[in-house]
Amino acid sequence: MSNVLEIKNVTKKFGDFTAVDSVSFDVEDGGFFSILGGSGCGKTTLLRMIAGFEKETEGELLIRGESMKGIPPEKRAVNIVFQNLALFPMMNVEKNVAFGLQRQKIAKPEVQNRVTEMLERVGLIGFEKKNVDDLSGGQRQRVAIARSLVLRPSILLLDEPLGALDRKLREHMKIELKVLQKEIGTTFIYITHDQSEALVMSDKVAVMNEGRFEQLDTPKNLYKNPATSFVAGFVGESNEFDVVNYANGELTTKNGCKLTKPILDFQPRKLFMRPEAFILNPTEDLVDIERISMKIRAILFDGSNSKISAIIKQSNDDVLLSLPQNAQFEALKEGDDLKVGIHHDDLKCYRD
Amino acid sequence: MKNRSGTFYLLMVPVLLWLVMLIVIPHLDMFFRSFQFENDDGSMVFSLNNYLSFFEDSIYWVTFVKTALYSIGVTFLAFVVTFPVAFYLTKVVAKKYSSFMVLLLLIPIWIGELVTIYGWMILLSDNGVINNFLIQIGLIDTPIVMLYTNFSMTIGLLYMSMLFMIIPMMSALESLDDSLIEAASDLGATKWTIFRQIIIPYTTPGIASGGIIVFMLVIGDYIAPNILGGKSSLWFTEQIYNKFLATFNWNEGAAFGFLLLLLSSAIIWLALRLTGQKLEKVGS
Ligand SMILES: Nc1ncnc2c1ncn2[C@@H]1O[C@H](COP(=O)(O)OP(=O)(O)O)[C@@H](O)[C@H]1O
Ligand SMILES: [Mg+2]
Repeated sequence: MSNVLEIKNVTKKFGDFTAVDSVSFDVEDGGFFSILGGSGCGKTTLLRMIAGFEKETEGELLIRGESMKGIPPEKRAVNIVFQNLALFPMMNVEKNVAFGLQRQKIAKPEVQNRVTEMLERVGLIGFEKKNVDDLSGGQRQRVAIARSLVLRPSILLLDEPLGALDRKLREHMKIELKVLQKEIGTTFIYITHDQSEALVMSDKVAVMNEGRFEQLDTPKNLYKNPATSFVAGFVGESNEFDVVNYANGELTTKNGCKLTKPILDFQPRKLFMRPEAFILNPTEDLVDIERISMKIRAILFDGSNSKISAIIKQSNDDVLLSLPQNAQFEALKEGDDLKVGIHHDDLKCYRD
Repeated sequence: MKNRSGTFYLLMVPVLLWLVMLIVIPHLDMFFRSFQFENDDGSMVFSLNNYLSFFEDSIYWVTFVKTALYSIGVTFLAFVVTFPVAFYLTKVVAKKYSSFMVLLLLIPIWIGELVTIYGWMILLSDNGVINNFLIQIGLIDTPIVMLYTNFSMTIGLLYMSMLFMIIPMMSALESLDDSLIEAASDLGATKWTIFRQIIIPYTTPGIASGGIIVFMLVIGDYIAPNILGGKSSLWFTEQIYNKFLATFNWNEGAAFGFLLLLLSSAIIWLALRLTGQKLEKVGS
């Protein structure tokens, strides 16, 4: 597959402050690409450079192989859905969606057809003459997306578009956006601070931190094999430990918990264990398992997301374990002793 | 609110007093006066003669129409001149500088119309600053007559009313989200399209309220036309002034005053209709 976007060593400085720090990546045509990172890490700045609103301090951007140097936003084959949507309040739904088409030399009936087709696609038929201020949050969202997509851009950029919606609607729009992207096949570049949005919708996710990419991978790989301690801590839940010593295949945490971790070719400083990686009451025949004795401090019931808060007996370290809601573990309660196992591969170690 | 407290009515008293004493009573007095006519025997009778005298002499007509056209023109000029400034101050300059610059804009109001007009006289007169400069650099040999013309009058009117255009326009522009402009350009709009389709429609209420203020200030101004316009200025307020204080014909003066009020109200009403604005929206 060809690359619709290539970013080569792009840096953006605001005065002395580096918002985006020599980032390089390619985006394949037709995919759903997400950039995931905390607030202020430079996501919007990166997106605005792709759209042409900010000029890169260094580096180069290519869209479909063409350098974007000196090309203004109105001449780029990318469209952006702004964080605040930026719908035109002086125009109704139909006029908002037609705005971009009317800027091109397209015959009126053709404009009308494409607008209607797009409104149909996003489920806004019957709302053509409505004022955009009279729509619900989800409908406004769809107008903003339709307004950009109707121009058939090479890339649609979305800046945390679900941020302002309530939880229920957000869950719904997540699925809707993913389906829409698959249907029309336009490349989406989606930025968000919500890992669930990124993981659910994307083909590829880049995790961004302080202006740099930490890891670019499929959602599954990102979750299973975080490349850096930042990714391990940021994506999904994890129990984090400082490692003070590693010798002869044995880790020692700051509080003195000793765990076996074979063959590491570096000196680890951090250890991560996911709550769901723990096996409760493992059978004796399991191999490559680290067995840990714990004591339950509290049961944290949260439906399918329920947890056990426990301490490791050896070191008094706090850990969170996933608690499957089934009959096997129904009887567990505060104060109980607990045997727990974790596979050696699920002890994720990092240099820093 | 249904149950208004006594305090509310108490607080209304000064407002009502102000309205009744300074606006309603004088206008009623003027209104009745404008229909009174002194008979040959010296007695006052009800008549339309004061209004009819307006049609007797063509000079009144000419002045009336000129005043209307120039007021519209000056209002439009005020918009053209101040819009870029308002845009610059709200969208381009950093906030901390722009508030200081707005303060600078207030200076002409602070100094007063009369003094600024004398300032313009110093600049525009035959041996004034501008003519001297142009002669010095050899662009012209003889001074250009600028003072006591419609040109100098227009400048004076524009200068004293500009600020009242810029303030409401700035507040309208301030509430315009920059991302609307970016979104439009992202969708392929040129600068001109953004100006016409996004910025102007968005700021129309501000432009309209600024325009109304400027228009009313200009059409009712006396000082700038009288001093800067010279003898040829032909401003309708001067006719009214003459009726009251030169010929002491208060009745005709009152009638002319009402004609001017009618004229300005009609033009504002028409302008609001043409731009599709509602008075309530403009006033807010
Ligand atoms: N125009 C600007 N001038 C100065 N600093 C800016 C500007 N835009 C963004 N920044 C800074 O760059 C950093 C990244 O901002 P942004 O890209 O908006 O982050 P994100 O979208 O990931 O939350 C922030 O610290 C922000 O303060
Ligand atoms: Mg942002």
